[in-house]
Amino acid sequence: MSAVGRVGAVPGKATSRIILAIAAVLFILPVGAMLLFTFRVSGSPGEFTFAHYAAIFDPNQELTYDQLFQGIGNSLVLCAITVAIVLLILLPTMVLVELRYPRVRRMIEFVCLLPITVPTVVLVVGFVPVYQVVAGLFGSVAWTLAFAIGIIVLPYAYRPIQANIAAFDLVVLSEAARSLGAGWFSVLGRVILPGLRRGILSACFLTIAVVLGEFTIASFLNQTTFQTALFLLQQTDPYVAAIFAVFALVFAFVLLLVIGRVGSFTRTKRTAR
Amino acid sequence: MTAASSEIATAAAAAGVGTTRFRRRWAGWLGFTPFALYVLLFLAIPTVYAVASGFFTDAGTFTIANLAAFANPTIVGDFVSSFWVSAVVAVLGAVIGAVICFALLAANPAGALRTVVDSASSVLAQFGGIMLAFAFIALIGIQGVVTVFLKQTLGFDLNASNGPLLYQVSGLVFPYLYFSIPLMVITFMPALEGLKQQWGEAAATLGASRMTYWWRVAFPILSPAFWGSTILLFANAFSSFATAAALIDQGGIVPLAIKQQLTSETIVGVSNTAGVLALGMIVVMVIVMTAYSALQRRARRWQR
Amino acid sequence: MTVVTHTASEATASAGSSDVTGPLTIKGTAVELIGLVKNYGAHRALQGVSLDIHPGEFVALLGPSGCGKTTMLRALSGLDGIDAGSILIDGNDVARVPANRRDIGMVFQSYSLFPHLTATQNVEFGLRMRKVDARKRVARATEALELVGLDGYGERYAHELSGGQQQRVALARALVTRPRVLLLDEPLSALDAKVRVQLREQIGRIQRDLGITTVFVTHDQEEALAVADRVAVMNAGVIEQIGTPEQLYLQPASPFVADFVGLSNRLDGVAGGGEVIVQGSSIPVLGDAMSGEVTAYVRPEDLAFTDSGDGMDAVIVASSFLGSLRRTTVRLKDGTVLAVQHDVQERPVPDDTVRVRFKGRPVAVRPR
Repeated sequence: MSAVGRVGAVPGKATSRIILAIAAVLFILPVGAMLLFTFRVSGSPGEFTFAHYAAIFDPNQELTYDQLFQGIGNSLVLCAITVAIVLLILLPTMVLVELRYPRVRRMIEFVCLLPITVPTVVLVVGFVPVYQVVAGLFGSVAWTLAFAIGIIVLPYAYRPIQANIAAFDLVVLSEAARSLGAGWFSVLGRVILPGLRRGILSACFLTIAVVLGEFTIASFLNQTTFQTALFLLQQTDPYVAAIFAVFALVFAFVLLLVIGRVGSFTRTKRTAR
Repeated sequence: MTAASSEIATAAAAAGVGTTRFRRRWAGWLGFTPFALYVLLFLAIPTVYAVASGFFTDAGTFTIANLAAFANPTIVGDFVSSFWVSAVVAVLGAVIGAVICFALLAANPAGALRTVVDSASSVLAQFGGIMLAFAFIALIGIQGVVTVFLKQTLGFDLNASNGPLLYQVSGLVFPYLYFSIPLMVITFMPALEGLKQQWGEAAATLGASRMTYWWRVAFPILSPAFWGSTILLFANAFSSFATAAALIDQGGIVPLAIKQQLTSETIVGVSNTAGVLALGMIVVMVIVMTAYSALQRRARRWQR
Repeated sequence: MTVVTHTASEATASAGSSDVTGPLTIKGTAVELIGLVKNYGAHRALQGVSLDIHPGEFVALLGPSGCGKTTMLRALSGLDGIDAGSILIDGNDVARVPANRRDIGMVFQSYSLFPHLTATQNVEFGLRMRKVDARKRVARATEALELVGLDGYGERYAHELSGGQQQRVALARALVTRPRVLLLDEPLSALDAKVRVQLREQIGRIQRDLGITTVFVTHDQEEALAVADRVAVMNAGVIEQIGTPEQLYLQPASPFVADFVGLSNRLDGVAGGGEVIVQGSSIPVLGDAMSGEVTAYVRPEDLAFTDSGDGMDAVIVASSFLGSLRRTTVRLKDGTVLAVQHDVQERPVPDDTVRVRFKGRPVAVRPR
């Protein structure tokens, strides 16, 4: 290949490596700086310490981080409820559309992708009065945010499930199962859900990533979540706030690496066709 | 008598069948109620409310007087800043992201490098907000690693002009690029991978140099996807709130202004300013989307 | 063969090939591949292959996947380089000339049309690269589309054309620049059977009319035998045999060729005196005289059912109807399985006992 030069779009190995190396350095720098920051000693730039890490587990300082842990707790509850919304409201609807009402697929897709085009701040303006009603019903508690967050999660949950449905040919397989005498419930339990496992798993992971990173809604509706607590903590103890930010980033990266693995299985399957 | 009764029985049976079928059809549509209710309560009503509230006074009567907010120089300034920051981020992010996608073409699509880059892109595209603000404060804030480094080695003060760079609206470009470029990688990569090897080879055998191939074949084929992704980047940056909220106290872009107006309305003679601003944001989005679809229409004929 | 040289000389007579705007005729150019070597890591894809192609000749490279036929075509096109050897087009070594300056035309397996251009614009692409002015470009493109029978389809985009039509546009695009050599890389394999035969015939006709030197890569022996003047059968990076379709079929130079070109029954036998004794019958041998233990390659059409006493006892295994003829699999007493080709009127029933005889036509043999 060397003798006659390259054709097409694929770059040479050297060009590719140089570009990717520059990009990697630029993208690692801010996170690296944040990591470095967690070891700094306040007021003396040259020194480094583990003291900020120790402080998290120091019982004497418990009060300082009380709100943060409360925020983390709330965010985990929100994760669970939002995942439940995806599994109990979105997923059944998508299966129903695929099996019985393929005509409305475009409409469901439009609705699910709409939250990308409507800015969250705009939605939040409308959430304020809605949540006056919600607070009247359930009280002003953090878990109710899940309804609002569930909306902004819609595009992220919809796409992996839909991609899985498209690759899996739901209709043919469930009709095959029906023709073999399976009832609707066993079709759902034995054919559809196992077949959509990858899409559902990706949707759940992405949902968790979005919920853990959500700030706007919680901030406007004055609830304590992981992100709003971080925001407040930053003003009193920026070091510990940065530690948790790094943790959250690593956690999300691992989560999405898992999705990546799951996804690459689907990809190889698709190219094999 | 018997004949008549059997006739009635058949009719009744027929009616029975009819109602069951009718009921079953409705039972199917009934399956949509949870989703429909949910979307109605938490997507449709809030959106409509947000946009419509700008047209009402505090007392609840219809008015277009609130649109006067758009004559307020601060508000206009916020919209202009929001637009420019988003546009610059979208174009720079799209170009840089596309170059990274191009470099990724040389990597094995099922290999470890691609898996890591894909996952990292997904994380970083979601990495807006507080955590991103921390990272950039640690990098180019007043005591940031790069700031200190530049000052010590080159004697250059990153924050010399107009105060700290990061706490100004134009400084938002850097953190915004940090989540926009990965978003570009995620959305544009499939299009670039869709370039068939045969197109490059056909162009070469027909006498085209590599430059000509890019210019006459690859760019035209990629342009709809490229502009589509750019619009997405714009929309994403335009509606981003958390990062700016963590960095800038005094407002300066529309989402921050909405937050301010929601807590304390400051423009005289205008009520529900937040709603008015929300309307303004939607209008900008609609304009951008319309421009985009006009652009796409030209490509539609050759696209499947 | 004679027909080919004839056409070629005619084409040479009406030459003027370098003038891209002249009438659409092409002067056949000689191509010589000498000692081509190509390595992919430790794998040697081409092991010093040489091939002479006469001006205006239609040569097919035939072989199973991985045999090196595509590597050879891509080396000739310049899309891939070679590690050793020379590639002479019209006497000039082009081994180091990049693809875009080799002046060749190429048709790919599929999806090679530029999707954002109409059929006419696709065909014009090569002319645009050669800076032909717009008016002449359109005229040439229209003419080329007419040549492949697609007049009136010029404004269509690739996705508005059928697979066969797309390949015809690709052919027109490759021919319109009057390249020195036309390369066809399995251009028919993505099409369905009927279109494949039609397009194959059309390619053969256009090739003869234009007199353009053509190299055609395929894994389908029927395709190769149907259109090519000469066929090079490749295996594991070497050319096993090159010859006319008749030569390959009737005088296979190796067991691989006998196996790959057409269908053969492989039978053990003992050769001597220009004959081979197989299953107790004596059959004349093709080619060089040979003696000793051999494998004989017997075509299904060289076998027949018989009622008379001579021949071998066999049991019918299965029979398939192939339109104008029928092919039946039988098992001999010693377990040997044979394919027999015969008239459709004979309808063997599985498990029936029959007798099979050799028709006595010469067969290919190889030492065992």
